[in-house]
Formats: sequence, C-alpha cells, structure tokens
Amino acid sequence: MSISREDVLRVAELAYLELKPEEVETYRGQLDEILNYIGKLQQLDVTNVEPFTDISFPASEARAASPSSYRKSGKELREDVVGPCQVAEAILDQTADAVKPFFRVPKVIER
Amino acid sequence: MSATALWTVASIQAALLAKRISAREIVGEFYTEIDRRNPELNAYLTLSPERAYSQADRVDAAVARGEKLPALAGVPVAIKDVISTSGVRTTCGSKILESYVPPYDATAVTRLEKAGAVVLGKTNCDEFAMGSSNENSAYGPVRNPVALDRVPGGSSGGSAAAVAAHLAVLALGTDTGGSIRQPGACCGIPGLMPTYGRVSRYGLIAFASSLDRIGPFAGNIADAAAVMSVIAGRDDNDSTSASVSVPEYGSEIERPVYGLRFGVPEEYFGKGLDSEVKEKVLAGIALMEKLGCRRVPLRMPHTEYAIATYYIIATAEASSNLARYDGVRYGLRVPGATLIDMYRKTRERGFGPEVKRRLMLGTYVLSSGYYDAYYLRAQRVRSLIARDFSDAFQKVDAILTPTSPTPAFKLGEKTSDPLQMYLADIYTVTGDLAGIPGISVPCGKTREGLPIGLQILGPHFGESTILQLARAFESAGGFTLTG
Repeated sequence: MSISREDVLRVAELAYLELKPEEVETYRGQLDEILNYIGKLQQLDVTNVEPFTDISFPASEARAASPSSYRKSGKELREDVVGPCQVAEAILDQTADAVKPFFRVPKVIER
Repeated sequence: MSATALWTVASIQAALLAKRISAREIVGEFYTEIDRRNPELNAYLTLSPERAYSQADRVDAAVARGEKLPALAGVPVAIKDVISTSGVRTTCGSKILESYVPPYDATAVTRLEKAGAVVLGKTNCDEFAMGSSNENSAYGPVRNPVALDRVPGGSSGGSAAAVAAHLAVLALGTDTGGSIRQPGACCGIPGLMPTYGRVSRYGLIAFASSLDRIGPFAGNIADAAAVMSVIAGRDDNDSTSASVSVPEYGSEIERPVYGLRFGVPEEYFGKGLDSEVKEKVLAGIALMEKLGCRRVPLRMPHTEYAIATYYIIATAEASSNLARYDGVRYGLRVPGATLIDMYRKTRERGFGPEVKRRLMLGTYVLSSGYYDAYYLRAQRVRSLIARDFSDAFQKVDAILTPTSPTPAFKLGEKTSDPLQMYLADIYTVTGDLAGIPGISVPCGKTREGLPIGLQILGPHFGESTILQLARAFESAGGFTLTG
C-alpha cells in the first residue's frame, strides 16, 4: 500500500498539523517507506487471535475474571469520586491567556 | 578521573555516616563537574540547585541529629525531562513545552526525594521520548561521553550520558520501545526497564500509555536495585500501577544463580547484527553458563514483526496523547485568527519533524478505512508477541539477547532515514509490547572501545531474577568482558 500526497495532507489536517509545501513530499516519501515496512504484518494469519487490549491484565485472564481475580492481578480501581484539583491555580497562572477560572481562546461561536 | 566517579549509593551513605563529607559538599562536587562537562555533553537541560541544596541540607541535619538515614540519603540523581518536577521546568525535549513548569511532582520523584535522594536537574531526551539517538531533541543532541562524535542512544540519552560521565550517581529514564536499555548499552552502564505497572507513571508526560515505563540508570547493579526498592509499588494516582508486593531487591540480587534456566532465541541474532556485538554477547552468554546457569533452546517466532507492530501502536497512542498540545492550556501558544488556526500554528511551530511524522503515522493507522488493516491487526500481532514470551517463560527464567544490533552510531549517521533509526530498537521493542521487565548490562567493548550491551529479559514482576543474573554477571567481570 502506498500513501499519496492527498493522504498526507488529509492526515496532517486531522492531526492539526500545518505543513509547508516543500515538506509534503519529504513526509510522503518517509511515511511511504515506513508503511511499506509495516505492511509485513499482512503476512500473518491473525484470524483467531484476540487483540491485545489491556497491558496489565491479559485478555486470556480477563475472560475468567471475577472481582477477586481482578484484584489478584494487582490492579485496583479507586472509588469513582471527584476530588479537589489543587493545581488549577498554578496551571492558569502560566497559561497564555486566562481569565480565571477560564482559559480564553479565539471566538468559536458567531452570533 | 573526576572526584564524582567514585560515588555510589553505598559509599555516599558510609561517607555521610562517618562525617567524612556533607551532602552539601557532595552536591557541590557534582555541580562543579556538571559545569565542566555539560557544555560539551549537553546531558542536562535544566539544573535545580536550590532544590538540590535544600534537600542536601535536610540530609545533613539528619546526620547531625544522629538519625538513621534513608536508603538514598544524599545521592545525586538526574531526572529525564519527560518526568514532572514541581517548580522545575519540564520540556519533554520540545519547543512546545519550552517554558512549562509543572505544579506537581511525578510519584517516582516524590519517592526518590522521600528516600533522601537529591535531584540535580533535568536531562535531555528525544522530543517526547521519540527517538533512538537523542538527535530529535529541540535543544540539540547529547554527545556520548565514551566517544564524543557518537550518539548516546535514545530516547533517554541525557540520563544515560549523565550517569556514564559521573554527572549524577543515578538517573531516571523512560522506556517505551527501548529508551532505557538502548542508551544504557550505548553509554556502557546498566539500565533497567521494570514490568508495566511496577512503577507509577503518575507525572510521566505520556507518549504511548500502554508502553511507557519509568526505570533507573545506575553505575552498578546494587544501585539500580536500590532505586527499584524505592520507586516500585502501587500508587493510587496511577490505576495501572500494580499492588504486587515489592521485594527487597538489595538482598534479592545476591542470591545464587546456579541452576537458573535461560533461553537465547536465534531470532535475535539474524541479519543486521554487528559481528563484534554478536561475538561479545555470545561470550557473555558463555560466562552465564560458566556461572552454573542452564541454556535451554528457545524460539520466538514473532520477533520479526515487533518493530512494525510497535510503530503502529506507539504512534497511534501518541497521536491521541499529544492532541493535548494545542496552545489552549499549557506550553506554547501561537495566536491564530480562529481556534483551529491557533491549534495548527501552535503545533506547526512547537513540534519537531519526528514528532510530526509519528503523529501523522498514528493518525493514519487509526483513520477510517485503515483502522482494521493497521491498528487492529497490530493489536492482534501484539498478542502473538506476548504469547511468545509467556510460552518462553514456561521453560526459562530469563532470556538473553543483544540490547541493540550495533554499538553507538555517529551523530548524523541515521537522521535522514527514519526507518533505519527505528531498527535500532529491534531487540528492545518486544519487551515493551509484552509488558515484561528487561535490563541492559555492559558486556565488554568493541575494538574501537565502544560499549556493548547484553539484554536480560524476565517474566512479569521478575525484576529480582534479572537483577540477580545481572549482579552475578557483574561480579564475574562480565561488564568488562574481554574474551
């Protein structure tokens, strides 16, 4: 599979990246080479293989999971309660444009 | 040799208790050495002398009161600049965070300081930890202290160089695809990547959340073990941190290795492996057998798919994690006529070429029409790679391989060819994908004098075993192997 100039411009737009006209072909060539290399995964038959979904709790164990085996895996979830944010002030102090307690950005709604 | 070269965790503790020197004086020695060497090496981006000296004074006060000293009392450490330090600038090696000052500490940093360690400053790295040579830093490359025309490896190049050049006794790095082990190998020092979940990631600025780990660089195995005992363990601020109990690594490492079984998968010795690296690593493996470890035949059939899998998953996760740098809340903001215009201009100015390349790749593999072919397939192959390891650890206690296919390469040698740069991680990404721990230990040098690394991989939460093997290897002279 190869990547076109239009594809590069489209992913740049999706990723909110602005590319200079002279950069487009460089990135296209490099991404093309990488995608060709990555294409080797197509050689493998993965029809009956589960995707790897949780690094700290393998899928095979998750199927047989009970709350106690979940805890035994070493993972614990805390109570879902809201705690105070003690760093808001410090973050707003160094932000480019803040009107506390808000971040100010260019206008997005016209009326 | 500089005065700082002789300090270890144990020798500092002994010297402080005997009142031969104060913690403040030790910190002074290190800053003097940093002033002398850092302009050339570029290992540190920011120094934190105020914080360091006040911590040193706390240690000296404890000595004066005759208190029992904590494990890392007065030990100078360097922190990779992707790990948050309260009040100390944290750039991630990026222009987009050039003036960002975190309002809180990473848990690993909090734990180091609670154990008496002294944070000297923040170390250079590839931008957002994306790279294998440290040449992707927005603040210039780090030079390898062993050979100044060579890279220190990456992405934790500054941390590795700082410890290797004795500009810190210990350092924290991060490993997503090899970023602790590969620079450890390039600079000739031990570097440990812990099991995923062993060390809290709270305060680690995310690159690829299912892969990122924090781990230590040290001058010797006992020091690496000492750091692990301090930073490992459950943290309520990181739900993926494990509540598996933390062993006393310091005593674990002295246990005999006789009878331990290890595998040497031939898939790690194929095309692209430098002949001198191969020769030394095989000599290191022979030394392990001489120490009474038993070599067991082993195949890891999915190894060759690891780099492709890694560059899909890591870039996909990065494209999501780095969406937060848009100029709104922290870091750089470049004004724009509209909100979207501001995002684009900020990211265009703030990110370097490798980050942009990876964000585009990650966006592409997740985009509509390509998700199944790339991302989902990569997650399935990741299962196969993880299964190779779980099968292997039914038969062996550890796996031995080269850390990197080549010794440290020359600055500029691979910058124009991203794919060649990615292949520097060919032996390390497997461990990241599987979530297992691994350590790189020095294993002699090339005829030109460049360090070579031996990688020891272990099962989940098997840090004790790999540290134990590393310690036995160190005691038997493996680090300076000449055979």
